[in-house]
Amino acid sequence: MSEKKFLKNESVIPFIEGLAGGRKVLVPVCEGDAVIYRPYRKDCRLELTRMPTISPKDATFPRTETLMTFKQAPVAKTEGDGEGDSDAQPKLELTETLPEEKVVVFGSRPCGARGKSIFTRVYETEDVKDPYFIGRRDNTLFVSIACAAPETTCFCTSVGGGPADTTGSDVILIPVDGGYVAEAVTEHGAELLQSDLLTSGADKAGEAEAVIQKSMELLGDADDFSIAREKLIELFDNDEFWFDMSAKCISCGTCTYLCPTCYCFNITDETAGKSGKRIRTWDTCMSNMFTMEASGHNPRTSKANRLKNRVGHKFSYYPSLHDKVIACCGCGRCIKSCPAAVDIREIVKSAQEYEDVNE
Amino acid sequence: MTGLEELKTKILGALPELDVVIGWEQGYDALNATPLFIRKPEDVERLIIGPLCAHNLATYLPGLKDKKVGIVVKGCDSRAVIELLQEKLINKDNITIFGLKCDGVVNLNKIRKKIGDLGQIRKVVFDSGIITITAGETDHQLKFSEVRMDKCDTCKYPNALLFDHFIGTPDDRQNGIEPEHISDAEFEKMSLEDRFAFWKQEMSRCVRCYACRNACPMCVCRDHCVAVTRDPHWISQENDTADNWMFQMIHVMHLTGRCVECGECERACPMDIPLMLLRRQMNKGVRDVFEYEAGIDPQGKPPLLTFKVEEDNIPEREW
Repeated sequence: MSEKKFLKNESVIPFIEGLAGGRKVLVPVCEGDAVIYRPYRKDCRLELTRMPTISPKDATFPRTETLMTFKQAPVAKTEGDGEGDSDAQPKLELTETLPEEKVVVFGSRPCGARGKSIFTRVYETEDVKDPYFIGRRDNTLFVSIACAAPETTCFCTSVGGGPADTTGSDVILIPVDGGYVAEAVTEHGAELLQSDLLTSGADKAGEAEAVIQKSMELLGDADDFSIAREKLIELFDNDEFWFDMSAKCISCGTCTYLCPTCYCFNITDETAGKSGKRIRTWDTCMSNMFTMEASGHNPRTSKANRLKNRVGHKFSYYPSLHDKVIACCGCGRCIKSCPAAVDIREIVKSAQEYEDVNE
Repeated sequence: MTGLEELKTKILGALPELDVVIGWEQGYDALNATPLFIRKPEDVERLIIGPLCAHNLATYLPGLKDKKVGIVVKGCDSRAVIELLQEKLINKDNITIFGLKCDGVVNLNKIRKKIGDLGQIRKVVFDSGIITITAGETDHQLKFSEVRMDKCDTCKYPNALLFDHFIGTPDDRQNGIEPEHISDAEFEKMSLEDRFAFWKQEMSRCVRCYACRNACPMCVCRDHCVAVTRDPHWISQENDTADNWMFQMIHVMHLTGRCVECGECERACPMDIPLMLLRRQMNKGVRDVFEYEAGIDPQGKPPLLTFKVEEDNIPEREW
């Protein structure tokens, strides 16, 4: 890693304002009790100590994204209108809307920034390249704040992350007395740290290390979820197990929409008169409509089937396809914000410990 | 809420005749309870009752209507059961109600507003109106009256209104409680323009996760909700302020005369949108026009589920 710099608390706002040159700056702000990412404004209620309620995935995978716009071109009137032209198709004008905006997210957590690394394996492969995601990812920088006070719902170290994990971040800030120790992770990150607002942080390296060490201690021993890959497949047809696990789930989409790694979407054409747009919006496997087929058949009509998919995808199907990488960052949002306090850790553990009493 | 041992004994007695009894157990830390589905006698040991048991378990009843279900309810929860019975969405023959007397439940958002994220929660103690939360090495002391749910501030119905078994001693608190919450009076002072600006700001952060809808015991359309139908495609999938507002308005209007103000929509909302403000305004209208309160009398008729040729408080002929 590069040299350590120091950003004192009083310089945080000027630093954020300095980032704005040519870029949209997204920062966590407090609205109601929720902490959400909004474009920086002088009068916003900046909140850098609490974990944002929602993950920063909206920056690279927006809630609503226009893929293209379309409109029906007026058909030129010809002689003998109507008779001879009845086979003519109305012309449709299509306009592609690729993302071009440059963005920097300031104040993400390492677990949130890590999320997009899970997307990349799906949206940028040899065969398939999603220009919308790739465009946004390449245009977006993440300045993440390392985690000094993990919560009861945190389990990043059990899924390959950590309180100062740098995956997906361009700069990592470690909170110390009076400010942050700043380190660049990427070249773009190093450019951001060229600011005169930063001083040398070499003398604070020990303090920063102690903060992370303390955080690791609070997180406690990591769980081993490696056998979940096979156990969840073994339990695939065990309806009773999934019926039990999903009893309290209310089938809303909070878990998937707040999740940094859930990347499923829906595509709809929203038209008004003769023009409209094709939009991509977040979808959720917890919804009945997620698997509704055009024929009317639905392979996942019960919440048990749907919860099985969410857990199975993250801890079994995805790791099986992608070098055993678990598609979860351990941020705990799905637990903390679940209206029924469904705990994905408990479900995975129950699957790992499951013994069939009938065998 | 008192009488845990009495409740356990009653549930154990009823369990052989039931498929499941729904109560609460300790959640992932000392500050969180979570719904408990009791199927075996040994599950009863995990049961808890108290100020953390905020979830309205009546939400699960319509989804279990072909089962014999036991349910533990607070006063406000029992109103949802009554409303579901009135609308014939559940069958009383299949339901055994264990009624509690409630002293209020905690609003976790209010706690976070006071002391921020709590980190590692070790212990929570309720004593003489004070809640002490031990998080990390720090003890946070808060007045319970300042962190309970808004609905508890104006609660007239602490006791379950309908039950097969009542646990503990009913509270006779009924009188002298204003139906309007203090925050409503503040809101009503705002001009219509300011109110609309307020709601536009609030609605702009709705992610349309539908937690408010699915946590609501009266939102029984579930998989057939107008908000997600594709044919016809009534509401855009676009997640912008106008469409969010449209969905939330539909949600409120579908609850007219049915909402029992259990507050589950607002509790479930991850974005902390003050949805109960909308519900209370709408319920105030129902009280003024129809002199009706939802979920009180199992034989009552919700005003919009019936009609009178001439409504008492709608002077149509004078228009």
